[in-house]
Amino acid sequence: MRARTEPDEFMAVTATQHTGRTASEAAPGVEQLDVAAVNAPETRSLYAAREKVYAKRAYGTYRTIKWIVMAVTLGIYYLLPWLRWDRGPYLADQAVLIDFPNRRFFFFFLEIWPQEFYFVTGLLILAALALFLVTALAGRVWCGYTCPQTVWTDLMIAVERFWQGDRNARMRLDKAPWSFNKVWRKTATHVTWLAISVATGGAFVFYFRDAPTLMGEFLSFDAPAIAYIFVGIFAATTYLLGGIAREQVCIYMCPWPRIQGAMFDHYSLLVSYRTWRGEPRGAHKKGESWDGRGDCIDCKQCVAVCPTGIDIRDGAQLECIQCALCIDACNSIMDRIGRPRGLIDYDTIDNLEVASEGKTSTLKLLRPRVLLYVGLILLVSLIMLVALLNRTVLEVNILRDRNPLFVELSDGSIRNGYTVKILNKLHKPGRFHVGIEGMKDATVKIVGFEKEKNPVISVLPDDLRALRVFVTVPRKNLETAKSGVTDFEFTVTDLNNDSTVRNDTTFRSPGR
Amino acid sequence: MAKPEIDSVTGVETTGHEWDGIKELNKPLPKWWLWVLYASIIWSVAYWIAMPSWPLIADYTRGVLGYSQRTVVAKSLEDARAAQSRFLDRIAAADLAGIKADPELLQFSLAGGAAAFGDNCAPCHGRGAQGAIGYPNLNDDVWLWGGTLDDIHKTLNVGIRSGHPDTRDNAMPAFGRDQILEPAQISDVTDYVLSLSGGEANAEAAARGKEIFAEQCAACHGEDGKGNIELGSPNLTDGLWLYGGSRNEIADSIRNSRAGVMPAWEGRLSPETIKQLAVFVHSLGGGQ
Repeated sequence: MRARTEPDEFMAVTATQHTGRTASEAAPGVEQLDVAAVNAPETRSLYAAREKVYAKRAYGTYRTIKWIVMAVTLGIYYLLPWLRWDRGPYLADQAVLIDFPNRRFFFFFLEIWPQEFYFVTGLLILAALALFLVTALAGRVWCGYTCPQTVWTDLMIAVERFWQGDRNARMRLDKAPWSFNKVWRKTATHVTWLAISVATGGAFVFYFRDAPTLMGEFLSFDAPAIAYIFVGIFAATTYLLGGIAREQVCIYMCPWPRIQGAMFDHYSLLVSYRTWRGEPRGAHKKGESWDGRGDCIDCKQCVAVCPTGIDIRDGAQLECIQCALCIDACNSIMDRIGRPRGLIDYDTIDNLEVASEGKTSTLKLLRPRVLLYVGLILLVSLIMLVALLNRTVLEVNILRDRNPLFVELSDGSIRNGYTVKILNKLHKPGRFHVGIEGMKDATVKIVGFEKEKNPVISVLPDDLRALRVFVTVPRKNLETAKSGVTDFEFTVTDLNNDSTVRNDTTFRSPGR
Repeated sequence: MAKPEIDSVTGVETTGHEWDGIKELNKPLPKWWLWVLYASIIWSVAYWIAMPSWPLIADYTRGVLGYSQRTVVAKSLEDARAAQSRFLDRIAAADLAGIKADPELLQFSLAGGAAAFGDNCAPCHGRGAQGAIGYPNLNDDVWLWGGTLDDIHKTLNVGIRSGHPDTRDNAMPAFGRDQILEPAQISDVTDYVLSLSGGEANAEAAARGKEIFAEQCAACHGEDGKGNIELGSPNLTDGLWLYGGSRNEIADSIRNSRAGVMPAWEGRLSPETIKQLAVFVHSLGGGQ
């Protein structure tokens, strides 16, 4: 409880809290009210209209890198489902296939069963760690170069530029009244966008079904409905997000910029404007001395090429996806006016802080967080590699019955029931013998093979077979097992190559 | 309203909310976001018209598309039945040994039988068919009415003391309650029965009990006490007891008789389900 305040003092306090200031008088005895018109200029709109960004074409190193990255990533995306991989006559020959009906994931030499999903988990962890590492080293490289939103937006802008011209032409065309010229240019742009979008959706579904088969089904209009639905969903999102929404996705929809801002530090290489070199900025006349002024001639080329439409000279900001196109734009200007390149460049915050004093800080690549990420990546890779090398093509799972734990038979012997699952990961039919070792006088019976001695169990290629197996042991053999537990092992022998898999399990009997 | 505070760094007004010295900028929402909200509102109105949505006093609005989760469930059950029918038709046509010999039908019957067992049999016989006092363990090799596929199938169909016209039935006299034997004689017979399965028994009393057994019990349980599957009389020599194997429990069985009841499943379950159950129970390990 707060101590009680005197009445007067209490009133004053509440008044201050209420208005943020003490009450004032307009004239002696006339109180000035704290009120403002609702349509006062300070009252801003609650909603901001989108300002269309007309990104100008940039030329330079980073633009070239972005074209290459675009070609590689889109090439992988569109063409990978068509790559074939020989797995023998019983299995799909598609190199990368997510086979939901048969619950298999094929990835080149890898084949993942549902119970091996940890490989996918490992891959996702590796992807996340690689993202952290690259962000710690050089900021939003993911956003600027490889994010699908960036790649497809870049492609859509290139299409727009192809039909409607570069920045100035597009701005003129948008301002111009509707004419035949405007209509066909706009139509061609949207038709091309839609074609790209449908191809994007089409490529996606090829990852889930044999690509040539599905393509044939598409052409004869008898593909499964779900395939058309997913082509539709992906075509719509590609057209909307890549063609129409563009930078709005990065700025308003994506959570990643908020997270990524916390992942780089003073020593990360970020796309930065070197204020110490550029300021004071201003137009430069021919022959004018560069002494006492900055290198920035305020030509705003960096703003014009920016796909999110911001000014890098305002410093680091959430909207900046660090695509480095402003570096290209500025460098080409610096070449023309004869000043050194790199007014905008990849630089560290640490270096920028000391540069104005004419000093340079050394680039620290091996920082604790970088080493941590590298260590974790190596660790996860190692675990996955070991798991991969130890992956067997024949796996046996033994599940001992728990209800009932054991069964007493009329001759006094004890029987235990087991479910033996044989996972034949070979790409051909398997033939197996199931037996036990380490249990004297035991009889083994397999349900469905009761009459056969040592039956041959056949398992389909790349399939699983569950067997019910009963092991019966005379009571006298179990009298030493005071705890009621006897260890023994199941052996499953592959008759194709005579290799044997052993699995430890236990035999339960009434304790003594 | 106080004038909005303008943030000196960005030139943007703040909301006035402050956390540890950090103030929130009052950034306007993009206009398209508002349009998404309006589109959602239109969508929801369209949804009310198309789909079942508003509760009424005794009913609800059905929606013009006529969607109902009940019909969806009915449809998927029908589809599941249709998918199973290719197995069920073969099970209906095959005999029990044929089902057991066909790996596909065996697999299907084991799964279907396990499900039917859980729904219908587990309350008495237990989840693992392990039984309980008075309810037979179906895993072992002891069968009152026979453990072949056909025996099990018949027991399932007609039940035990079930009221079915062909039901399996027998009656053991209540030797004590009906005063057929004296208490001392019952005690002697108990000793003899205990001795049959190698239990602790008084040898003198067992010798006296043997004579009474030959007179009163052997007709059903056999001279050697090994029972008779035709009559449903249990084997008394195997040390496995449906109603308990202690001295008191055995004496109680002699005194008051035992008569367990199992319902007849014919007419309650489909013939295919009963066949699957027979195969399932036979495959629990004790089938003959």
